[in-house]
Amino acid sequence: MNYSRIALIALGATLTASLIAAPVDEKLVIDGELEMTTVAPSPEGHPLPEVRSGWHYRTETTRALEADSFENPGMLGVEQGEELWNTVEGTAGKSCASCHQDAAETMAGLGAVYPKWHEASGKPINIELQINACRVNNMGAEAYKFDKGGQKPLTAYIKHQSLGEPVKVSLEEGDMQAWWERGKELYYKRTGQLNLSCASCHEKNNGKYIRADHLSQGNVNGFPTYRLKQGNLISLHNRFRGCIRDTRAEYPAAFSDDLMALEVYTTWRGQGLSVETPAVRQ
Amino acid sequence: MNLTRRTFLTASASAAVAAFFGSQQAFASLEDLNKALNDYTGGAEPGEGPLTLTTPEIAENGNSVPVSVLVESPMTEDDHVESVMILAEGNPLPDVATFHFSSMSGEAKASTRMRLAKTQNVVAVAKMSNGDFYKVSNNVKVTIGGCGG
Amino acid sequence: MAKPRIKIPKKVAAGDVITIKTLVSHKMESGQRKDKEGKVIPRKIINKFTCEFNGSSVFSCDIDPAVAANPYFEFKAKVEEAGTFKFTWVDDDGEVIESEKEVALS
Repeated sequence: MNYSRIALIALGATLTASLIAAPVDEKLVIDGELEMTTVAPSPEGHPLPEVRSGWHYRTETTRALEADSFENPGMLGVEQGEELWNTVEGTAGKSCASCHQDAAETMAGLGAVYPKWHEASGKPINIELQINACRVNNMGAEAYKFDKGGQKPLTAYIKHQSLGEPVKVSLEEGDMQAWWERGKELYYKRTGQLNLSCASCHEKNNGKYIRADHLSQGNVNGFPTYRLKQGNLISLHNRFRGCIRDTRAEYPAAFSDDLMALEVYTTWRGQGLSVETPAVRQ
Repeated sequence: MNLTRRTFLTASASAAVAAFFGSQQAFASLEDLNKALNDYTGGAEPGEGPLTLTTPEIAENGNSVPVSVLVESPMTEDDHVESVMILAEGNPLPDVATFHFSSMSGEAKASTRMRLAKTQNVVAVAKMSNGDFYKVSNNVKVTIGGCGG
Repeated sequence: MAKPRIKIPKKVAAGDVITIKTLVSHKMESGQRKDKEGKVIPRKIINKFTCEFNGSSVFSCDIDPAVAANPYFEFKAKVEEAGTFKFTWVDDDGEVIESEKEVALS
């Protein structure tokens, strides 16, 4: 037994005593009207007893921001997304609205069932890639580069049309089950100089503090999420990459097969939670 | 369980602090703060008065901390609050914002969201139409995130 | 610049003191950050916000770099007559965001 092991045992007691703080047990109701499901029973085969939104792990101040659709700064992005929805781009002279009309009707519920199987590419597809497919194939416009152009606001606008809808990933279609397996393997695989997996923080230590940060289950139901730290909408794949970078590992490209598999798996882990886009986090 | 407190402490050593203020921080000196205060009051010593400053006790992220001020006043032409200045003692620059009211404000109450570089005192000074100044301060603990992401 | 968000009651009774909330999209570059080459990123913030009603000042704010990105202001206004609120944000480069909201008396 080396020195650090001994120190750990001593510190371990402090950790358990002072640093475990349960997530708060309150209700998220948007504008006093729309009651959100922020705690859901775990899907079969899930390692945790229940699924909890990251909202429960934040301070009262941050939670209040999300509960008020005016005060939520992420709504600036959603409104920008609405403008983009109605903006004509590309050689076909079309906007999103040219084909899909009113997003409040045509996109309702859609954000809750992505990522889903995409037969043509033989892979799962998420909202960002679906937007790009539409831009290239139907609008004659260029695909958005990762996190650039209108990608974040338009994704947020489309997902926001499913606000409150329970997340549901369909693993029965195509090879989704295989992608889920691949995502699961990545979730538990330790990487980087710090030798951490997703599960190290978000499964085994959720509810504890990493320094002053209250670790959540790492659910993805609120992305793109407004993060106070960056003062901006943050996409899911940016967050994945940020987390992996913090383990001091090389991180995969956005929308790579690895991160798409991780999106399928982590979305499943939060199944049953309401879509919160745009959520507000620290 | 292999994950240890030590691992977590190591992980957090790489944490980025207060992204918006950058890493090379020079914090305001007490002189800077007193100068800002003096410029505002014209040298008058602020007293205690019906001024309330509302800030969270703990801010989860220093980049967006809600701050709200309220001064009780009839808000008439003759007797109203002219302005309230907010200062942050521990920021690179002490000034945060100055709210200007008028008799059309109805109430001298205003809120914004501010950046705090670290745990510190936030000061509010109210300037009344009769030349009086009131001052109040709150301590806000700013926590530092666990990971750089 | 993006359209500001403004929350204001549409109908008010004469003499009411109403709450106005505003949120505008702006990065609020503090002038204290450095880029990857170590050069200071120039300051670019909204430095002034004003609210007028029928041409008279209701509320204004002098803004320093310590105001958070996407500046939010909440304040009060006493409404005696129907009219128009005018909101103005001005940044360091002289870019101006303006918006107007009408209120009717109920």
